Amino acid sequence: MARIEVNHIRHSYLPNPRKDSDFALKEVHHTFEDGGAYALLGPSGCGKTTLLNIISGLLHPSHGRLLFNGRDVTNLSTQERNIAQVFQFPVIYDTMTVYDNLAFPLRNRRVPEADVDRKVRETLDMIDLASLAKKKARGLTADQKQKISLGRGLVRSDVNAILFDEPLTVIDPHMKWVLRSQLKQLHRRFGYTMVYVTHDQTEALTFADRVVVMYDGEIVQIGTPAELFERPRHTFVGYFIGSPGMNVLPVSLDGRTATLGAQRIELPGVPKAEGGAVELGIRPEYVRLGREGMAVRVSKVEDVGRHKVVRANLEGREIAAVIGEDDEVPADPKVRFDPAGINIYADSWRVEMGA
Amino acid sequence: MDKTWNNKAWFLVLPVLVLVAFSAVIPLMTVVNYSVQDTFGNNVFFWAGTEWFEELLASDRFWEAMVRNLIFSFIILAIEVPLGIFIALNMPKKGWGVPVCLVLMALPLLIPWNVVGTIWQVFGRNDIGLLGYYVNALGVDYNYVQDPFDAWVTVIVMDVWHWTSLVVLLCYAGLVSIPDAFYQAAKIDGASRWAVFRYIQLPKMQRVLLIAVLLRFMDSFMIYTEPFVVTGGGPGNSTTFLSIDLVKTALGQFDLGPAAAMSLVYFLIILLLSWVFYTVMTNYDAER
Repeated sequence: MARIEVNHIRHSYLPNPRKDSDFALKEVHHTFEDGGAYALLGPSGCGKTTLLNIISGLLHPSHGRLLFNGRDVTNLSTQERNIAQVFQFPVIYDTMTVYDNLAFPLRNRRVPEADVDRKVRETLDMIDLASLAKKKARGLTADQKQKISLGRGLVRSDVNAILFDEPLTVIDPHMKWVLRSQLKQLHRRFGYTMVYVTHDQTEALTFADRVVVMYDGEIVQIGTPAELFERPRHTFVGYFIGSPGMNVLPVSLDGRTATLGAQRIELPGVPKAEGGAVELGIRPEYVRLGREGMAVRVSKVEDVGRHKVVRANLEGREIAAVIGEDDEVPADPKVRFDPAGINIYADSWRVEMGA
Repeated sequence: MDKTWNNKAWFLVLPVLVLVAFSAVIPLMTVVNYSVQDTFGNNVFFWAGTEWFEELLASDRFWEAMVRNLIFSFIILAIEVPLGIFIALNMPKKGWGVPVCLVLMALPLLIPWNVVGTIWQVFGRNDIGLLGYYVNALGVDYNYVQDPFDAWVTVIVMDVWHWTSLVVLLCYAGLVSIPDAFYQAAKIDGASRWAVFRYIQLPKMQRVLLIAVLLRFMDSFMIYTEPFVVTGGGPGNSTTFLSIDLVKTALGQFDLGPAAAMSLVYFLIILLLSWVFYTVMTNYDAER
């Protein structure tokens, strides 16, 4: 197990990057603590996989250094880094049996055959493929194949870290839950350092202790699921996490009040915003719909099961509010913003509020 | 489910049937006709029964040509397949080198076969040939016209030059179809260069390799033009393969009966090989 330090790493796939936009990874400086379970969350093309491949050594970063437990490994090969990685689509060795597929990473490292057998059987039980051990891997279904890939990632116990690159994409939803909870158990039992790349927020929030949100080649926020929900550091995190995402409204500030069109909104404190485009962010869960407050025009009510999502128009802006399953939308609807849920953003980044 | 039977549909196949009859069945039947008769001038025929076949199967000349042909096929396969794989593995996978390599590889395949023969015929001559002259100048006694061993070396090198590209191109097609993730996973799993070849690249090439081996085997078993141009089957009979022997019998000696019998036996051998080829291929597919 290792503490992984990503030290000012930048990466570009172009030979001579000049502009900032030439970089797939703009600048990442972050430490993955030993034994932590991290999720890298972000939309497609934000640099998650690039970062993962730099950690495993499949890519050499254009700039910056990578340290495992303080030791510089930037120029070490993948083999020397001793990392396990599971890819998005199943990679299996066609001609081998399921058993041999799992034994392959161990035998390559000249592990004694008795240990190989013990580890492989353990892993086979874990991924529930023990009954297929003697079968040729090529005849299996896509999710069985992906379980083999997963198994090969988990079979070595001495790895520095286990990296997952959207490993459950091809697995069916029920099995996803089972495998994800098994990964979590495994993490608790052995304390592996795990980094899990995904664009699915549920997956990220349920798997990880800490979620690293990436956007456009940068880390925009690192935090616990609760922090990401309550205090998104960047409006992107607000949009991306939560369903529906955070309402972001352009406002102008005057001390403790924010002005949105004809409406004035009381803030919990004085924002330390110095110029820039100012926006107010509030999650639909903190928008109270009732008979008092700012007048809105309701355009749509979506019943999603446990609650309803109300789409409304406030001062020409679309906003969403979450109300209880049994709550009614009043005839003359008005909204209030719960001060606890208000965040202020200047140029998309969150600003602190003073007293 | 009800099936509608309508025998009139056979008329739709008739044009093809007529074409095939004229191009294949009738010529084949004339060969069968020749094989069971003895011919003299003025179109005089005598029934010979199975005489030509018995004579053929008892003749040393036929079996020698057959053995020579099998040895030849075996040698060129043993050289072309490993060499082809080796070259394909070392060809660039991207960049400007790809089209350059592909064109270079395709060139020998585009040259007409008798031109290939002529090129090597001249190339190997020890008076004016670039290869023959300098090999002799280096002190090696090389003369494909007189020495059977040198003749074999020339014919084999020529075939390797001509046909290794086919194996290369087929293997290359198999190799480029392997997604990057496989190589990445192999690195993660700590696989050696050999293990990557053995467990990733070779299995992916298996199919195309099978095609390459069978194509090359059948082609080399029917080889005629190039060795005929270079050595004419000589010196002596040392490079007389089956097809050359056949042409010598049919056109050189104008022994139509024995030549027809030989054609049929040759045809049956090729048919048998095609059947083996087909069976192996389909079994392999069923196994997947």
